[in-house]
Amino acid sequence: MSLAEQVLGHERDNEDGGWITADGRQIGAVMMEMKNITLRFGGVVAIKDISFDIRKGEIRAIIGPNGAGKSSMLNVISGFYNPQEGDVFYLGEKRPKMRPYEVARQGIARTFQNIALFEGMSVLDNVMTGRLNHMKAGVLAQALWKGRAEREEIENREKVEKIIDFLEIQNIRKKPVGSLPYGLKKRVELARALAAEPSLLLLDEPMAGMNVEEKEDMSRFILDVNDEFGTTIALIEHDMGVVMDLSDRVVVMDYGKKIGDGTPDEVRNNQDVIDAYLGVAHD
Amino acid sequence: MPDQLLFAMEVFLNGLMAGVLYALVALGFVLIYKASGIFNYAQGVMALFAALTLVGIMEGQVPFSHLINAVFGTEIHHFGWHLPAVVAIVLTGVVMIALAWAVNRFIFRHLVGQEPIILFMATIGLAYFMEGVGDIMWGADIKKLDVGLPQGINTWIDESTYEIFGYGFFIDNLDLWATGIAAALVIALTIFSQYSKQGRALRAVADDHQAALSVGISLNYIWVLVWSIAGFVALVAGIMWGTKSGVQFSLSLIALKALPVLMLGGFTSIPGAIVGGLIIGVGEKLFEFAIGPLVGGATENWFAYVLALLFLVFRPQGLFGERIIERV
Repeated sequence: MSLAEQVLGHERDNEDGGWITADGRQIGAVMMEMKNITLRFGGVVAIKDISFDIRKGEIRAIIGPNGAGKSSMLNVISGFYNPQEGDVFYLGEKRPKMRPYEVARQGIARTFQNIALFEGMSVLDNVMTGRLNHMKAGVLAQALWKGRAEREEIENREKVEKIIDFLEIQNIRKKPVGSLPYGLKKRVELARALAAEPSLLLLDEPMAGMNVEEKEDMSRFILDVNDEFGTTIALIEHDMGVVMDLSDRVVVMDYGKKIGDGTPDEVRNNQDVIDAYLGVAHD
Repeated sequence: MPDQLLFAMEVFLNGLMAGVLYALVALGFVLIYKASGIFNYAQGVMALFAALTLVGIMEGQVPFSHLINAVFGTEIHHFGWHLPAVVAIVLTGVVMIALAWAVNRFIFRHLVGQEPIILFMATIGLAYFMEGVGDIMWGADIKKLDVGLPQGINTWIDESTYEIFGYGFFIDNLDLWATGIAAALVIALTIFSQYSKQGRALRAVADDHQAALSVGISLNYIWVLVWSIAGFVALVAGIMWGTKSGVQFSLSLIALKALPVLMLGGFTSIPGAIVGGLIIGVGEKLFEFAIGPLVGGATENWFAYVLALLFLVFRPQGLFGERIIERV
């Protein structure tokens, strides 16, 4: 049995180290690699020397108890925080210190734990903002509302309508986002992130605060997005059950450190992970 | 129809026209406030600065001529050209965009995340700085501004109202033009912000900074854009006021009249700025007409502020402002 089989429980069949999952999806080469990331806020160490990678096409989860540093990690990936130590490699290249909007323009879209939508705008307009980086017409062309700008608007509108259909929010597309219930807001936020046609989609607790039915819906959408668009997804959750069903590989964090990394089964049987989640007697 | 009513109608119309100018200045405030949370005290000075620059460019005045002459002992004042108004307006627009960029690069980029009061203080500093620079650049004398807008009584309105009511209304052509241009400006801004890429980005930034960043919007770019638009609105306001009463430094005081306008209309609403401006314009003219003679006149100086005070007591968010509800 090869090392890969030992680690992953299935064979690597590609030169780039990728494999084909049990349900037939192709996991490709490493897309993003975090190397020895350390993030501090003053004296508090939020992330301590963590390394892991995200492969093309996979659903990668980062889990851990509250305060483990999961959200901080997502914020490092999306450029909202800059780590004091360590490097981020994206598509094989070392990423220089970047602002969040520059990261977004590289094809990394995200959602937020506490939902950051444009409350005053309609669902359609919110999702359209996701397409901003695909629109090229300059200020003047836009101001004059001519030719290219108009064509672009129509093309982008078509793409957005597809995503709206896909996430089954057609019936609320003209409604102001501020008036929507929580579960739907989460879905609109996902739609906006998807509209950017990201190479990497980051989901910060996509199921936080949802009831069972909403969680099931969201899980289905996450799987469908990955399957249909081939989008690589990294998500954070502290609900272990949901994560284990969804993800291909899982990173487990506790107190800013990585305590486990592997397939759901491996992680589930990892003693450190069990201790972190269930608590352990210190003698 | 009784004479008093006819007079009141005429006053009403003139009030609307005056209100348009208040609304234009208030509009500049709202644009910047919405997108960046900065209450820009310098908006009035921007209008003054734009008008000064426009006159200077049109007349071919050498900027900083007093300073240059004092230092080098020269006697230069003019380049010796007279530019057509259109060219000068475009050039002034370029200057206002450069100003927007500089204001962001050298002031507000360093103040991101600061308390609103600190941002406000920075704009007060900016206002006095720009007033000083405007003085050194173009001189403090009152200048005549004529970009070719028609002025004087509109004879058509005068004659037709005379035929109907037996009393001709005095409406200034300039006011009519100002109203038309302001309306066009507001419509253009609305279309731009509703249907264009940049407009959508602008609304996104106004709504939520984090979310805007996450979809790849550069806040700095949007801030420069919005200050440029506010600069352009200031230019339009400067042209109107400058044509009407000459380009003089008291022009910067119109910024203060925009304050009650904003309290009426709400600080975050573009329609609010327009309606608030019109209400203040009409209100102060009608009040002066009806009550002024009883209290010895000059009510226009304080009417707007008293009205704003009433609004602060009974409807603090203004007519169109977002209601602030604290969730506990």
